[in-house]
Amino acid sequence: MSMLLTLAEVVEAGTKAGSPDLQQIFSTATYIIAGICFILSLKWLSSPTSARRGNIVGEIGMAAAIIGALLQHNIISYEWIITGLVLGTLIGAPLAIWMPMTAVPQRTAFSHACGALAAALVGTAHFYIAANVGPALDHTTMAILCVEVLLGALTFTGSLMAFGKLQEILPQRPITFKGQNYFNFLILGLALATGVVLSINPSMTMLFPLLLVLAMLFGVLLIIPIGGADMPTVIALLNSYAGMSACLMGFVLHNQLLIIAGALDGASGFVLSIIMCKAMNRSFTNVLFGAFGQLQTTAGGPGEKRTVRSGTPEEAAQIMEAAQSVIIIPGYGMAVAQAQHKVREMFDQLTKRGVDVKFAIHPVAGRMPGHMNVLLAEAEIPYDKLIEMDEINGEFPQCDVALVIGANDVVNPAARHDKNSPIYGMPILDADKARTVMAIKRSMKPGFAGIENELYFADNCMMLFGDAKAVVASVAKELADAAK
Amino acid sequence: MSLFDQFIGHLYVFILAAFLGLSVITRVSPMLHTPLMSLTNAISAISVVAAIEIAGKQESTLATILGTTAVALAFANVVGGFMITDRMLKMFKKREPAAAKH
Repeated sequence: MSMLLTLAEVVEAGTKAGSPDLQQIFSTATYIIAGICFILSLKWLSSPTSARRGNIVGEIGMAAAIIGALLQHNIISYEWIITGLVLGTLIGAPLAIWMPMTAVPQRTAFSHACGALAAALVGTAHFYIAANVGPALDHTTMAILCVEVLLGALTFTGSLMAFGKLQEILPQRPITFKGQNYFNFLILGLALATGVVLSINPSMTMLFPLLLVLAMLFGVLLIIPIGGADMPTVIALLNSYAGMSACLMGFVLHNQLLIIAGALDGASGFVLSIIMCKAMNRSFTNVLFGAFGQLQTTAGGPGEKRTVRSGTPEEAAQIMEAAQSVIIIPGYGMAVAQAQHKVREMFDQLTKRGVDVKFAIHPVAGRMPGHMNVLLAEAEIPYDKLIEMDEINGEFPQCDVALVIGANDVVNPAARHDKNSPIYGMPILDADKARTVMAIKRSMKPGFAGIENELYFADNCMMLFGDAKAVVASVAKELADAAK
Repeated sequence: MSLFDQFIGHLYVFILAAFLGLSVITRVSPMLHTPLMSLTNAISAISVVAAIEIAGKQESTLATILGTTAVALAFANVVGGFMITDRMLKMFKKREPAAAKH
């Protein structure tokens, strides 16, 4: 009680001296709590055992921040805020509840678009309030606001393009035209120039819509030349941009919580995109401006017709049954065929016989970082069986069977030795070193990157042609029948 | 405090937060990179805080419309981001081979 009184006295004294009032202190306190919660949230995400706690503490932080924002004294009406919150729930919740796990990359791209647009709109509103109502913005704030809006707007349209490619509304292949990179830089240059003029003279309000349009155009142009195979990097990069625009908004509004949360998101996207680039042995510039997967004419390579050995599910089941260790290499093809639940059945059958079954996960397996792990976890495969590339590569020489399901480029040995291969230098899973390699594939058609895979012609490789789900299902059935 | 000093203060906060972010994120298990992205997506929707202020202080019709739209978009990410992250994290289970079904 006495403590409260003292606090009230302090606050009263503070208010007289022009310091913030109790409401303001409370808001600030919630923001500080939110900042701490967000950091803990990401820290606890380090391991699957504490990850859910991490998510909950993130929710607590967000709730605290929103309550703090609602109690700000300059808010005079709540009707529009509540409208916005209700609308947001109606958009966000159904997407989260019913979205199949295979579509998580699209959902992520879509939510980057939402987040970035929100950031751009807040920046725009701030600009027009300053221009029409005042107080006018100074040059520095205006410059930061321009960058914020530029980043927000380009991430918005860029993410929509990524969404379109992942949802296969837009072609997966890179869309290119002559002088594309020059044209893109011209648009970016014009946008930046508009920003500079606006910073020097913030009263030139008619330039602001131009900045928005140029930024949105640049976002489209930036993403359309990037091929479907590079989407994991692109999503991570857009994640980083969305975070950075929230962060810059914090600079404009003098809100340090926005700076912290935005910096965390920006750092996360940045780290993930570097991991993705390394996993494909590509540089940022190459991903952004290289138009990969465009014309793989495969001029080189052996001309003679090579034969492949084709096997049946029965043979595959027999070999795996006799094996001591099996490493399964899943790729996005497995998810497309919806084969993961059948893979689980096969996993159960083999485990029951005492066969050691593990999954080798390449960092770019799937369509966004970590996507394959989520798909396998959904099929109830225990996560301690999901092994990262660096850890499992040493185990292939001792492994009896490497089973490739719907993966292609990530097991192509050409990446190790063929300097002419477009994927040369990319770290791969050493499936070819296993005693027997089995690959489930629809046909001999090359994969996403359009490169032929010499693994399929190796002596120790057996091809299982057909739909991944059907083939795995019949292997599982063979195993179950044999057990009877 | 001058505006310049304020920006320098913000810059310090940013640099510290970015380095903290880098060191925390590099420790996240690669297995959880998808939930990481949906979680950071929800966290960066913190811009809802700024949107709420703009929608609530009603300085002009345009600003209120923009603010309300921004509240809806950012809050969609808050709700959706945390929910889908939880949905994904729930699926990550360790299972003893003996407890296998069938």
